[in-house]
Amino acid sequence: MENLNTTRGGVYIVDASRTPFLKARNKPGPFSASDLAVASGRDLLLRQPFSAEDIDDVIIGCTMASADEANIARIIALRLGCGDQVPGWTVQRNCASGMQAVDCAFQSIADGRHDLVLAGGTEAMSRAPLLFKPAMAAWLGGMYAARSLPAKLQQIVKFRPHFLTPIIALLRGLTDPVVGLNMGQTAENVAYRFGITRQAMDEFAAESHQRVLTAQTHDHFAYITPLFDTRGHAYQKDDGVREDSTPERLAKLRPVFDKKYGAVTAGNSSQITDGAALLILASEQAVKRYELKPIARIVDVHWAALDPAEMGLGPVYASTPLLQRHGLTLDDIDYWEINEAFAAQVLGCLAAWQDDRYCEKHFGGLAGAYGAIKPESLNIDGGAIALGHPIGASGARLIMQLAHILQRQEAKRGIATLCIGGGQGGAVLIERV
Amino acid sequence: MTNEDNYNNWQVEHDEDNIVWCGLDREDSNVNSLNHPVLEELQTILNVVSQDKNGKGLVIYSLKKTGFIVGADIEQFTKINSEQEAFDLIRQGQMLFDQLADLAIPTVAMIEGFCLGGGMEMALACDYRIAEDSVKTRLGLPEVMLGIHPGWGGTVRLPPLVGIPNAMDMMLTGRLLRAKAAAKMGVVTDAVPKRHLRTAVKHCIQQRPPHKQPPIWMRSLNRSFVRPWFASVLTKKVAAKAQREHYPAPYAMIDNWVNLGNCTNKSAREKAMLTEAKSVAELIVGDTAKNLVRVFFLRERMKAMAKDTHFKAEHVHVVGAGIMGGDIAAWCALRGIKVTLQDRSADAIAPAIKRASTLFKRRLKIRREAQAAMDRLTPDPHGHGVAQADVIIEAIFENLEAKQDLFKDIEQRARKDAVLATNTSSIPLDEINAVLENPERLVGIHFFNPVAKMPLVEVIHGEKSAQKFINKAARFVSQIDRLPLPVKSSPGFLVNRVLMAYLMECVALWEEGVPASVIDQAALAFGMPMGPIELADTVGLDICLSVAENLTSHLGGSVPSILKDKVAKKQLGVKSGRGFYTYKNGKAVKDTKTVSKGKRKDIKRRLIMRLINEAAACLREGIVSDADMIDAGMIFGTGFAPFRGGPMQYARTLGKERLDEHFQQLSDVYGERFKADAGWELLADT
Repeated sequence: MENLNTTRGGVYIVDASRTPFLKARNKPGPFSASDLAVASGRDLLLRQPFSAEDIDDVIIGCTMASADEANIARIIALRLGCGDQVPGWTVQRNCASGMQAVDCAFQSIADGRHDLVLAGGTEAMSRAPLLFKPAMAAWLGGMYAARSLPAKLQQIVKFRPHFLTPIIALLRGLTDPVVGLNMGQTAENVAYRFGITRQAMDEFAAESHQRVLTAQTHDHFAYITPLFDTRGHAYQKDDGVREDSTPERLAKLRPVFDKKYGAVTAGNSSQITDGAALLILASEQAVKRYELKPIARIVDVHWAALDPAEMGLGPVYASTPLLQRHGLTLDDIDYWEINEAFAAQVLGCLAAWQDDRYCEKHFGGLAGAYGAIKPESLNIDGGAIALGHPIGASGARLIMQLAHILQRQEAKRGIATLCIGGGQGGAVLIERV
Repeated sequence: MTNEDNYNNWQVEHDEDNIVWCGLDREDSNVNSLNHPVLEELQTILNVVSQDKNGKGLVIYSLKKTGFIVGADIEQFTKINSEQEAFDLIRQGQMLFDQLADLAIPTVAMIEGFCLGGGMEMALACDYRIAEDSVKTRLGLPEVMLGIHPGWGGTVRLPPLVGIPNAMDMMLTGRLLRAKAAAKMGVVTDAVPKRHLRTAVKHCIQQRPPHKQPPIWMRSLNRSFVRPWFASVLTKKVAAKAQREHYPAPYAMIDNWVNLGNCTNKSAREKAMLTEAKSVAELIVGDTAKNLVRVFFLRERMKAMAKDTHFKAEHVHVVGAGIMGGDIAAWCALRGIKVTLQDRSADAIAPAIKRASTLFKRRLKIRREAQAAMDRLTPDPHGHGVAQADVIIEAIFENLEAKQDLFKDIEQRARKDAVLATNTSSIPLDEINAVLENPERLVGIHFFNPVAKMPLVEVIHGEKSAQKFINKAARFVSQIDRLPLPVKSSPGFLVNRVLMAYLMECVALWEEGVPASVIDQAALAFGMPMGPIELADTVGLDICLSVAENLTSHLGGSVPSILKDKVAKKQLGVKSGRGFYTYKNGKAVKDTKTVSKGKRKDIKRRLIMRLINEAAACLREGIVSDADMIDAGMIFGTGFAPFRGGPMQYARTLGKERLDEHFQQLSDVYGERFKADAGWELLADT
């Protein structure tokens, strides 16, 4: 909690671009994770005064790259034409992977190691694999090892049909193996602790859709780069948002995680989505050398951890110390982006900050509630409930969206923060330039 | 290794295992082709090696970076005067390769890059062939493209090696194989990465692995009672592509095989070799081969256009993602260039990306290569690419003002050294460049549809176009593997103008009541790749009409009313399902009407004479630099019967007297349009 090393140079977000977020529709989507990142990255690079080879490093967050996308960041760097000499590495911090990538870029530039870094995240959740059970893998191994015909026959009769039941990697990925809860159930926990009602969740979710629709009509997502598939179709907009997502309609949905008695539904949770978001971060020198026009400066980042069973409160744990470190309060932040993993969890965060006992207990030095965030300064262009939550990309998307909101509103300061499966929170403090 | 005798074209070394490595590095050329001195030195080498008691094996390889051997030096063909001379030359080569084949020690050809024609035959004379598995390696016997067939034992050695269906497929089509495919077929012993080439070569020499045999069913085709049947299958296939009287070489190959079959012993081989030599000697002095060799040199001349200009486009920006613009962009990306493709909206670009994807999958086959090509092609709705591109090609709709506005904007944003090019087919360059600060920068780069199939690109210069940019444009066209034809900006440029005269005559015939299929048949009989009616339908009658209107407005004449009627009725050709023909599943429904032989001849004469008369007019007006460029333009731009050497060469073959006679007779009957153009005087001078 000591003061920042003030000798560090400024780190700037000079430009950003993302793909439209495409809702997973029960089959593998048209783009792989690297396809998505390449599509948004090449458009982003095309409008820069420097070339792809001038980039010092490529850092990408991605949690479930396909089998042929090992170290996807390097693949993306090469596909973008950065050339043989530009390194690339992939980071994984679950839902915060894209934010982690930006933080890594931020640190390397602040430390003076790099001048230009391409950072962000990508995820093709619709392409999450189906896996064989270990029993099936063992049986297949036996088949490969069996050389003679009798040995092969012996192995064949050992086969059992249940070997073929696939493991759905996506579901496993969204389940905490330590506490044995899936992410929706951790949201139910948060709702239970702060008494968040189903109705409040649905209203919040409906508002998210409304805000995205408004932003779309006002062309506030101009930083989206269209995607083109090989069938002659261009994807230009986030397609998970729905005009008919009213509180009344959302109220009709059944809970999906705690089946009978829960309150968290598909409608008040983030969507399963494919997308990529990339930012170009630059040092002061790079800004001068290439005459770049930054949109924001990254001030600081903070990571925190908490009980995995209440992982949805991560933003509170990450943002509070970040504010304290800079002598700021909730009111000093003009705009917030809190990732909408679940309506329950965002509302839970707001409730936690307003809860005297909770704040006193968990944040040393706080006497009573920390404060309230005004709805008109939170997720003003909507969030993951309407846009979707491509795990690896969301962190970068939040920062990008916040930077553009600060520009548009001519505001000074903003925080992008999210909760992380496994019980963590991340927060990034930025200022408009 | 020890370095031995100093040859001019070969470097001969013995390695530590006493293997003789013969590296070919032809002097006075940057590619290895086989000419007299090269073969003479090889003769000496073989003589020495055959006396060498210590030699354990012989390897032939290339010291050039440009590949193994591209074949016989075609320049030599042009110097042959008689059939006997040809025969003697061929026999010399055959006997040399026989000597190579009969060496007691194992022999290997180590092949990197192109291995074609005579080079392939030299490799076939070796016991083993090891090819580098790389995209650059291409093997084949494309002699048929020059109107001949393999003459240094290729037709004799290949069939037993790979089976007659494979051998005939290679030799009749002239298609080139990649290393892996060649290994699978048995043309080469193995295809290995560069790092294992020498190891594989040594393995062959030291282990002498047995040769792969073609499957039994292929071998059984060689039986004397099966051969005629299989030959008839092959003949039918060939006939679908080329007529015997136009292209005798493939037929000769089939005939020779039917008579002799695969040769398994030495005396049979001797006989087959003589037959092969005689057959090629006959072909080589024939008109078809002479004309095709000439076409070969026309192609070489175009490839070498502006060779001294050092320009390599790394980024091409295309504005307009319609069929033309989209396909140009895709083609450039396929050829390895970074491309940005601009249009007014993402939706306007999307269909072009789909077509590009289809093209890449078809051409590149390997998934990661197709993906790399897709990654090179960036849809660019905002036109960011203009600022970075080396070449900017405009392919929007044909409207002067729109083009002027576009180029005014581009000129402000583009790099100073970038080539600004328009793909217009009808608007004079000097009208478009009138709005530019530097009008000398604008050139035309006029592609033909479909871009991926048509090798010709007209490079158009206006009055103000600077030579520097014309040269850059020509180099760019070569870079993307197309043939640049420098053309003066004038209505219809060269190809469309000449072609339109021919199409207008065909419409006139149709209006007179000649059935469409009869007209087409007459053109096919002449050797055109497609009849004019079907061509017009394929191009689209709306496009024909607009070209015709543009041309007549500048050059006089009138547009046939039937064309306007059809377009007004939305009968646009293949794309609307109906034009002159009706189309079912994209295929024309043709009747089987016929006319008398005399009438057929008259139709053919009218079509061709109109065409070549317009060509002569272009020569007179200096649309292109010389008559050869007219031939090149019409052959590579429209597929004008290549075995006839092009319209001007065809006229030369007819001779001045018969030419005059034809024009006289035709103009007597059909009037002014058949009046011999004054341009014919110029042809007489060349």
